[in-house]
Amino acid sequence: MSEANGKIKKVSLVCSKGSLEGIYPALIMANGARMEGIEASIFFTFFGLYAVLKKFNTKIKIATVGNPAMRVPDAKGMPLPTILGAIPGMSTFATRMMQKEMEQLDIPPIPEFIEMIRDAGGHLYACKATVDMFHLKPEDFCDELEKVLTVGEFYELSAGAQIIFT
Amino acid sequence: MPSATIAGVTVDVNEEGFMTDRGQWTRAIGEAIAAELGMTPMTDSHWKVIDFLQKDYAEQGVMPSIRRVKNAGGIPTKELYALYPDGPLKKASRIAGLPKPSSCI
Repeated sequence: MSEANGKIKKVSLVCSKGSLEGIYPALIMANGARMEGIEASIFFTFFGLYAVLKKFNTKIKIATVGNPAMRVPDAKGMPLPTILGAIPGMSTFATRMMQKEMEQLDIPPIPEFIEMIRDAGGHLYACKATVDMFHLKPEDFCDELEKVLTVGEFYELSAGAQIIFT
Repeated sequence: MPSATIAGVTVDVNEEGFMTDRGQWTRAIGEAIAAELGMTPMTDSHWKVIDFLQKDYAEQGVMPSIRRVKNAGGIPTKELYALYPDGPLKKASRIAGLPKPSSCI
């Protein structure tokens, strides 16, 4: 079992959101699991699927609307009201600021991160229901994506794992 | 401060077995820690990782991330995991006599 001897052996992450702050936690947790010798896989579903779409995963942005914790110009600044967050370019601007911070912490851009996780032996899967709903084709995905799975197959592959929804 | 006898030498280590005094490290000690971790034999490729970690730590003062090992050290992530399975950076740092990696990446 996954928690024998108090050590986690396997995690299955579900990445369901397509904003920057929706995608990174799943990537960081999967990569971090591999760094600890823990088996890791990510199941990308709904808008989280954008993390593995090669034409789009370079354009992932922070949600500046409907994010009451969002502050400017930094994490301890003034709250950013939704009406201001809706100004064109605001999301791009906030994303750029965040990316600068992330680069300093050596957190890679999404495509490089995806490649690192795959190279680290992590597994990347897409949700079949979403793939069908979004009319996606195999060529839409980055090379690192291994397989499109039904939810049943996802549970089968997650046997003995901790399942984490992000 | 706990100490351990590695390769016949008494060295300072922390509770997790990471050496705390860089000056005490020798290649023989590295080899002995590697053997303890089941990492035998240590090939040139294994030492290339250790050499980079030590050089980068000396220059930067912080432990490099796996990304830095790849981008600055020129050691592909796939290779790093093949050389040091099950927690590559942690294992390699311990063999190198360096602190436990502190980055999440």
